[in-house]
Amino acid sequence: MKITRTMEIGVGFFVSLGLAALLMLALKVANLTSFGNSDGYRVLARFDNIGGLQERSAVKMGGVLIGRVTRIDYDSDSYRAVVEMQIDPRFREIPVDTAASIYTAGLLGEQYVNLDPGGDEEVLAEGSELEITQSAVIMERMLQEFLYSKTVKDENS
Amino acid sequence: MTDFFAAVGRRSLAIFERLGRGTLFLLQVCARLGFLFARPSLTLAQVWAVGVQSLVIIGVSGAFVGMVLGLQGYNTLVTFGTEESLGVVVAKSLCRELGPVLTALLFAGRAGSALTAEIGLMKATEQIPALEMMGVDPLRRLIVPRYVAGLISMPLLAMIFTAIGVLGGYFCGVGLLGVDEGAFWSQMQLHMALGTDIGNGVVVKSIVFGAVVTWIALFEGFDAVPTSEGVSQATTRTVVNSSLAVLALDFVLTGLMFD
Amino acid sequence: MPAQPHNLSAHDPLVTLEDVSFARGARVIFDGVNIEIPRGRITAILGPSGGGKTTLLRLIGGQLAPAKGKVNVFGHDVQALNTADLFAMRRRIGMLFQSGALLTDLDVFENVAFPLREHTRLPESMIRTIVLMKLEVVGLRNARHLYPRELSGGMARRVALARAIALDPLMVLYDEPFAGQDPISMGILVRLIKKLNEALNLTSVIVSHDVIETASIADQMYLIADGKVVESGPPAAMKSSSTPAVAQFMKGLPDGPMPFHFPGVDYLTDLVDGVSS
Repeated sequence: MKITRTMEIGVGFFVSLGLAALLMLALKVANLTSFGNSDGYRVLARFDNIGGLQERSAVKMGGVLIGRVTRIDYDSDSYRAVVEMQIDPRFREIPVDTAASIYTAGLLGEQYVNLDPGGDEEVLAEGSELEITQSAVIMERMLQEFLYSKTVKDENS
Repeated sequence: MTDFFAAVGRRSLAIFERLGRGTLFLLQVCARLGFLFARPSLTLAQVWAVGVQSLVIIGVSGAFVGMVLGLQGYNTLVTFGTEESLGVVVAKSLCRELGPVLTALLFAGRAGSALTAEIGLMKATEQIPALEMMGVDPLRRLIVPRYVAGLISMPLLAMIFTAIGVLGGYFCGVGLLGVDEGAFWSQMQLHMALGTDIGNGVVVKSIVFGAVVTWIALFEGFDAVPTSEGVSQATTRTVVNSSLAVLALDFVLTGLMFD
Repeated sequence: MPAQPHNLSAHDPLVTLEDVSFARGARVIFDGVNIEIPRGRITAILGPSGGGKTTLLRLIGGQLAPAKGKVNVFGHDVQALNTADLFAMRRRIGMLFQSGALLTDLDVFENVAFPLREHTRLPESMIRTIVLMKLEVVGLRNARHLYPRELSGGMARRVALARAIALDPLMVLYDEPFAGQDPISMGILVRLIKKLNEALNLTSVIVSHDVIETASIADQMYLIADGKVVESGPPAAMKSSSTPAVAQFMKGLPDGPMPFHFPGVDYLTDLVDGVSS
């Protein structure tokens, strides 16, 4: 087959279209730009129970996405789960007495770390730990407590 | 009774024999892959024939599949009140499964059968023995460029299919059905991971499918009985075997990749 | 590649088949066949259709391997050659296929230029000259921009012939060159084969079942039937041969060693049985 100019242009167009599609998928669909790996600073928090929290779960403050969970570990000394987060460098003014809790988002049941800002002047830096934490709500526990409190009420009345 | 078993045995042996010949064929082609650099214009011509000429069917199919996903996804999610997650449904299904698999099936039907027919016809009109007698290796000159073209084209086509599909779902969900635009994209971005969904899903799967479908298409053509009837049988076999192989491999890959 | 393309003296045959046997599945195609192709001559191999004549050419070209016996081409055992040497040997042989076998996506000029482009690094101007010369020999120089689908059968064969001699081979193999041709094309091909053999000092092997045309130019003929060489010799001797099989074939007699009636039940018995049952 003779290689015509049309063919060369066509193949070039085809390849660039393919790469453009890949780029579109990477950027728009998976949001590649949002967090480059080495951007941002690391923050720790320990919880008794992280529930269904996973790596790459969101970290939100006031409902706004400010970071992601990068690592989940278990500390066998203090018997607590250690959650490592990466906070976007744009948010540098988070007080050290900020409270971290694990909430559930929407009906799909995705869990995320919610930060309620404190009032301290000192702000979080690389490697800081959030002292005030609240574990995830575990359905079974709630049910247990509810039944227990109900039983107590019945006994007392 | 013994006749039945004898027939089954013969059939199985025939299948093994074909598989063995096909594997030998693939190994011989891989050994000659360096030819790609000796005559790159041949491969370029094949990328045009195999890839560019499939763009229309891939693009149109991608758009329709994406739109149907948008429709069906909406219909299902709205009963749970979670239609905001439409973006996730569309993107995940396309990237992980529908993109690479449907592209591979369409590719097998359009480009694969064309390859088989072309090579088979060259065999039937004695062009391949002619090349051999002229001291030209038909595997190098005919098969390698076409195989490389298939390997390159499949992933590109799959990415185009997936991207257009997502846009189709967007058009349907947000444009026609009124799903919130912000929610569509942000929910999607929240739940899609570059490495697994796109990397493993679209890219890796489509490369594997491309390698297998193009191999089957070229082997069936090269091995065809050199008559017009033989060529048409070979073409049918290409489409059937490629489709089965793609679906089976998809199951295996999905199991391996998305645990 | 061995230093010389062949290690033969001037009088040795270019190709020999020594006691060659070949079978396809259960069917025996050749059973102990001995053939010598002398240099510089036109040798014809005749036989009934399906008698394995194309297989013979494939054995010479090394595309098939004999079950028994040796095929020597240019002084070397074809089966003993490695791939590179085999391809080098094939470059010294031109082959004309029954259907021409031109590459359908190239035009006439490119088809004839194909072996030159593949195997030489000649500059474009030289390639053009050679292609035009070869096309002139077969009378199709001005058809060089046509595509194979636009050519008649006879013209396609002539282009294929030009392609076969593009690299100035030592030997040309013709696979049923006269099959299905009109008288004019036939005449052209017959003359071309003879002319080329003399002008280019070629060795030609014609495989055919067209007795008259072949006998008019062959120097030597072999008749193959039932997997064996029935007889060989110059055309005149073959035509006047007293062997029944040879006589039937050379004269085109309907009945002889190859029977007219398909073997089976006797005629009268068949009819009578039909009436009484």
